[in-house]
Parts: sequence; structure tokens; C-alpha cells
Amino acid sequence: MTTLNPVDVFRMEADELLACLETTLLDLGEKPQDRALIDTAFRALHTIKGSGAMFGFERVAAFTHDFETAFDLVRQGRVAASVDLVNVALSAKDYIRQLIDDPDGAEPIFGQAILDELGTLVGRATGRAEAAPESAEGPVPERAAEPAPREAAGRETGWRIGLAFAPEVLRNGTNPLALLDDLRDLGPCEVVARLDAVPDLAALDPGALAIGWDVTLRAAVAREAIEDVFLFVQDEMTLSLAQLGGEADAPAPAPAEPAPAQEPVAAAAPVVVPLAPQAASAPPAPPGARAGARRSEERSASTVRVEAERLDELMDRVGELVIAQARLSQLAGLHADAGIKSVAEEIERLSARLRDTTMSIRMVPIGALFGRFRRLVHDLSRDLGKPVEFVTEGEDTELDKTVIERLADPLVHLIRNAIDHGIEDPARRAGSGKGATGRITLSAEHAGAQVRVSVRDDGAGLDAARIRAKAEEKGLVTPGAALSDQQIYQFLFAPGFSTAATISALSGRGVGMDVVKKTIEGLRGTIDITTAPGAGTTVTLRLPLTLAIIEGLLIRVGEGRYVVPLSAVEECVELPEGDRAGRGRDFLNIRGALVPFLRLRALFEAGGEPDPYQKVIIVSVGETRVGLLVDQIIGNHQTVIKSLSKLHADVATFSGATILGDGTAALIIDVGRLVSGGQAEMPREYQEVA
Amino acid sequence: MMTGAADPQAQSATLQVVKVRIGSETFALDAGMVREIIDPIPTTRVAGARSHLDRIVNVRGNVVPLADIRERFGMKPEAATPDTRFVVIEIGIAGDPVIVALVADKVFEVTEVETSTAQQVPKVGTSWKPEYIKSIVKLGDEFVILPEIERILN
Repeated sequence: MTTLNPVDVFRMEADELLACLETTLLDLGEKPQDRALIDTAFRALHTIKGSGAMFGFERVAAFTHDFETAFDLVRQGRVAASVDLVNVALSAKDYIRQLIDDPDGAEPIFGQAILDELGTLVGRATGRAEAAPESAEGPVPERAAEPAPREAAGRETGWRIGLAFAPEVLRNGTNPLALLDDLRDLGPCEVVARLDAVPDLAALDPGALAIGWDVTLRAAVAREAIEDVFLFVQDEMTLSLAQLGGEADAPAPAPAEPAPAQEPVAAAAPVVVPLAPQAASAPPAPPGARAGARRSEERSASTVRVEAERLDELMDRVGELVIAQARLSQLAGLHADAGIKSVAEEIERLSARLRDTTMSIRMVPIGALFGRFRRLVHDLSRDLGKPVEFVTEGEDTELDKTVIERLADPLVHLIRNAIDHGIEDPARRAGSGKGATGRITLSAEHAGAQVRVSVRDDGAGLDAARIRAKAEEKGLVTPGAALSDQQIYQFLFAPGFSTAATISALSGRGVGMDVVKKTIEGLRGTIDITTAPGAGTTVTLRLPLTLAIIEGLLIRVGEGRYVVPLSAVEECVELPEGDRAGRGRDFLNIRGALVPFLRLRALFEAGGEPDPYQKVIIVSVGETRVGLLVDQIIGNHQTVIKSLSKLHADVATFSGATILGDGTAALIIDVGRLVSGGQAEMPREYQEVA
Repeated sequence: MMTGAADPQAQSATLQVVKVRIGSETFALDAGMVREIIDPIPTTRVAGARSHLDRIVNVRGNVVPLADIRERFGMKPEAATPDTRFVVIEIGIAGDPVIVALVADKVFEVTEVETSTAQQVPKVGTSWKPEYIKSIVKLGDEFVILPEIERILN
């Protein structure tokens, strides 16, 4: 059951590496000078190449090798990372993904085209650098090109290299002999093994490496060339370098040191500092997926990869446990036995904690999702010729993984709309006194039991009058009807609303917006739009933290029990005596505000006598407040949501069901649908009641 | 499994069925789709649902619709009797498996029917909708209905 196909492991690993590569490349586009980024990208490429070859993905390995070769020039500092280069590198990354996912669909001609373009870019840029005397091994940064040859020709005749590996490197797949061969490729080497750490035969662990090496390399090579050999094992070894003829371990005079300014640490210290911490500390932490990626790197040692389905299964089991526990508590309540009562309470506490823990396992930070949109923004900005800055906030906000997965599509639509229709082209921006670069802000934050995810642009804003005119034209609203701006904006989500309205950039907003609305409603969320003419638009999605559990108010209507989601409930009041019999107008005076209410007994066709003291639950739906008249409020109820059968797809009033303590099912009221249905049915209800 | 009369290969085969009485008729339910048979449990009414699917029940932690197909065959609803059982079946709706509990007034036995005896519903003499019935088979002395459950429910 737990056996994993190695090829699947490679796919998963490659998936992460490619995601890391994409993030890094995008970062590089913003900070072309950042050496740490270049190294990270290079490492990702190298690993893909290596494991690709190992698992039989030869085309992946071959393509990545060529990609890597070209990219190596960037790493050596011979070619500066440009925006063009990043774009080509991104398409190369996409091509690698295709080679892994669907090798048959990946046309070699595309790969060749990408490589050619990459080659042209790299070649063109190197043309200048080629003028500097080239040493075969010379990973000499352009800026340091001048001191380098002097050094190579003069003092530097070779290196004394000390190698000490961590004992477990062999288990991790490192072959020290291959590294020694790489050193030999740099020039003639004398290799002497250090055997002093080798234990007696009885204590010998053949899987542990106890041998170190002292190598004397007699060749005029730069320090980086040697360091590069050990680039991928630096974390697991100690490398000491000393120049031949110089005092042992003495750092070379600073001016002669061919190290670029970015690497003062490596340059000054004779012992090479492992790359990883350097990479982690060097870049000024940007907002976005990088922070998350780095954190996950740090934590990787203590995490376990679990299939998502198993988590779902666990959640189901816990849900059943919670239901069974509720029944137990109910039964224990009927018994006088103190022993049973205390056990029931103990189990209640334990299962509540187990439920919370299980929920927290399913929570993942939204940052990974946000990271995916950087590429989208990057591509759209390029295609539409609108420079756009993409800012993310609150990447650490945690949400149920199912919610996050289902958020991806709506956010794509919203971001695309914001760039396409929200942000003006640079000329118009200049005309209204804004900077040429637009800004899209994607943010997430917790707000009570909900999460607010918003997409904000600094574009032209919405034109309520135009939207209204369009809605009237389409017959969605009667001309002259009193509507709040918020209600008018909701027309944007009407199916097909935008398709006929693409004449102006403004009213074109709404492509795919009905998809957004459907998905968000399916997640029991709501959408708010705020906009300021000339200053931009913010679309805010309010979502429940999780789909699996609902906090609700358990109510009784006639014989039936129902759950009203607590997030919608504002307050509960008793029905005033004068309103008990229907009198054709069902509304209440709540602190001076007029609040209409729906008689659930009539809506649900409940039998039995109405309770003499009926209660009204005031719920909020968007901006409006509506009361629901019920017979009894039983109390708070937190429970696992069970979706309704497909056969009940036509039932709009209920969003799901839950199982109560006594084992019966109770329906969860979909307040939004109930109220919008109630508005249409209102006249009929009046007649029935009156 | 889901042998239909129109399938020529199935002509000579036998089909395992669960024989139940619903209203005044005897039905043969393909045993392959029956998951379990349970005693009646408390039900919850779903306001606004179609009348043959207007209740839900909790079957081992899953909320499933309770289908009463009497109405679809022009029979009147009846109160539960000591013989009433819920037959939990699994059917395919648009490619997805869906679990439904079926109200049966009596469950007799698991038996085999010769699918070669299958006949189409006579065009005259019945008010049943032909699309609700796969075929009529002879079981012992009586004719039993092989229902087209997916159509009946949806």
C-alpha cells in the first residue's frame, strides 16, 4: 500500500523543482544581479537532469543538459540575466514539464527552438565577454576579468585541497571518486587518502565514508573552478583550499582575489562556506512564494509526504467519531452513573482535540497558490504590453487544502480581468497622472471564522452607470429600479453578461465571472466588489476556513431540525405578539431598521402546531438583513458537513446535511439561496399565510 | 452485470436478483447493485425535493436519499409495516456512483432469473411508463419487474 513507484517519486520531485525553478526565474527577472538566485536555479536544473537520467527520462536529461550548459554562462557571470533570457528560460521550464508529463506531445522541434533562442541570447551576450582571455576553467565574473589573468599567469600555480566528507554521503548517492575525477579534469593531481579515521574491520560500516583525501592540484585554476566541483555536496563536507607556495590557508591578498563583491564570505575564508545558508541569508526577503519555499526547505527534515486522499479519509473517520461521540454524550446524559458521564466527557474533549488537529493537518498556507500567479501576471503583462507589478500579502494565511485547490480557477479569472480590463495601458495611466507600472495586489487574511482573499488593482475602477445600462439592456433589471452600487456590481457575475459588452475595456470586465461566482458559492463563500473611479477595484472573496466542518445554529421548524450557518447569523429575537398571525406584511422593527422575515414553517411545509413563542433569526445576506421565523432555537452545533446526493441537485434551499447526536440527519440551510428564493416566492407565501 | 433484454449475449444467462415487493408489484433488483438491506430508521424530510425523493436517511454516517418509487408506478403511498425494509443500492448517475435507499414493503429472497424469459412491457394494458422498466421476467409462476432504477429516480 505504501510502495511508491520511483517514477512517481521523480515526478513529484520534478514538480517541486520546476515550481522552485519558475519562482526563482521570476525573481531573477526582477533582480538580475542576484547570484544566489542564479545558483538556486542552476541547482534545480542540475538535480532535474540527474534524477531524470536516473529514472529513464532521457529526453528530459538531454534537454536539461543543454539548458544547463547555456545557463551555466549566466552562472559564471559571463552573461547577464536579462528579461529576455528569463522569458526563454521560463518556456524552457515549461518544455521540461511537458517532457515529463506528456513526452509524446512534446515536439522536439519546440525544444530545439527554445535552445536555439537561448543559445542566441547567450551567444550574443557573450560576444563581448569572449574578448577577455578565456581560460578553459574560467568561471570568472566579467567584472573581475582583469585581475584574473594576472593571477592565473603569475603566482598561482596550484592548490592544496583537503576533502573531508560527512560519513553518510555515500548513502545520499555521492560518489567521492567521481568528484576526484572531476578534480583531475582540472589538471594533474596527486591524491593521498587520509586513512586515520578508518575504524577496525570489526567496527567498519561499509556504508559510511571514513576516508578523507588530500589533493595537490598543479594547475593554474581559479578557486571557483574547484569549488564548483563540490557545489552539490558542500553541505555535507568540509573543503579546505590553500594555494601552493603560499602560506597554508592564508587568504590571498584581497585585491587579487577574483571573487565578486557578492561573495565576501567565500572570498575571505579559506574554508568554503556551504552554499545553502548563504543563499538563505543573502537575498533581501521578497514577498511571495520565496519566503514560503525557503521555510519549507528549513522544515523539510521534519515533514512527511502524505497522499491527499488519506487526509480526506482521516477527516471522514474523525467526522464519524465526532458524530458517534455526540450520541454517546446524549446517552450518558440520560444516565445517572457518574462514571459513564466522566468517560463521555473525556471522550468529548479528546475527540474535539482530535478534530482540531486533523483540521490543522489539512490547513496549508495560501502562499503556494499565490506563487503560481506570478507567472500568469508576468505573461499577461508581457502579452498585453502593460507593465504590472505583482504584490502578494498574507501568504502565510492558512486555509483548507480543498478550498485552496478550488480557489485557483476563480483567482485566475479575477487576475486576468484585473490586468486586462482593470489596469489601463501605460499611455492612459500617464494621462491620469499614474505611474506607468500598474499594480495587482493579491492578499489573504483571517477574519473570524472566515478568510478574506482579495484581488486589488490600481486601474480605472468600475463604472456603475455603464454596468447598469448594460443590465437594463439585457433585461436583468427593470429600468429605474432602485439598486445599490453593490447590487449593480453583482450583475458582472451574471452568466454571459460581459460577452456582448467587450466594446469598452470597462464593461468587458466579467469574462468568466459567472464561473468565479459559481465556484465561490460552491465553497460557501461570498464576493464583494469595491471600486473607486480612477483609483482601482478590489474584489474580495470571503471563504470559510474549511469545507469539512460547519459551525451552526440548530433550530426546529415544526418536526424538522435544521442548521443555519453561524457565519450568517447576526442576532435572534422573539417574534412580537402582533406579528404571530400573518397579516400580509412580514417585517420587523429591529432598532429602527426595517427587516423582512420569512416564515420557515410555510416554506418548509412543516406540520404540527406552531410554537407559541416563535423566534426570528436575523441573518445577513450581502448587504441585506432578513429574518427567518422558526419554532425553536436549540443551540450551537458544530458538525461535519455531508453533501447532499446528486439526486438532490434540484434542491436549492439546502447546502448539505449533517448528522445529529441521535443519528438522524438534519439539513443545512443555504441562507443566500433561501432568501433569494424567498424574494421571488414572497407573494405566494403571503397568500398562503394570510 | 447490468444485463438488459436488448443485449443478445445475455439472452441465455441468469441474473442474480433480490426479489422485493413495492406496493402491489413484485420487483427484481439486480443483486450486484444492492449494498445492504436495513430495518427502517428515522428519516428527515427535505422540503422542496421531488416527491419520490423527499426524505434522507443516515446510512452508516452517509446521508443518502430515501426513494419511494410507488408514486412512479401510480401506486399510493402507504405507512410502514413490520415487513418494511430499506434496500440500500448503488447506481450510476452521470458516471458517478450514487447511493440510494429504496423503500420496500417486503424483501423476499435472493434468487436467479433466466434473462431469456425477459419480455418487453406490453404496449397496452398498463399505464406504466415504458422507460421505467427494463423488462418483465418470469419468476416461478409470477411476472416480476426488472426496473430501470436510474431512470425512475432521475
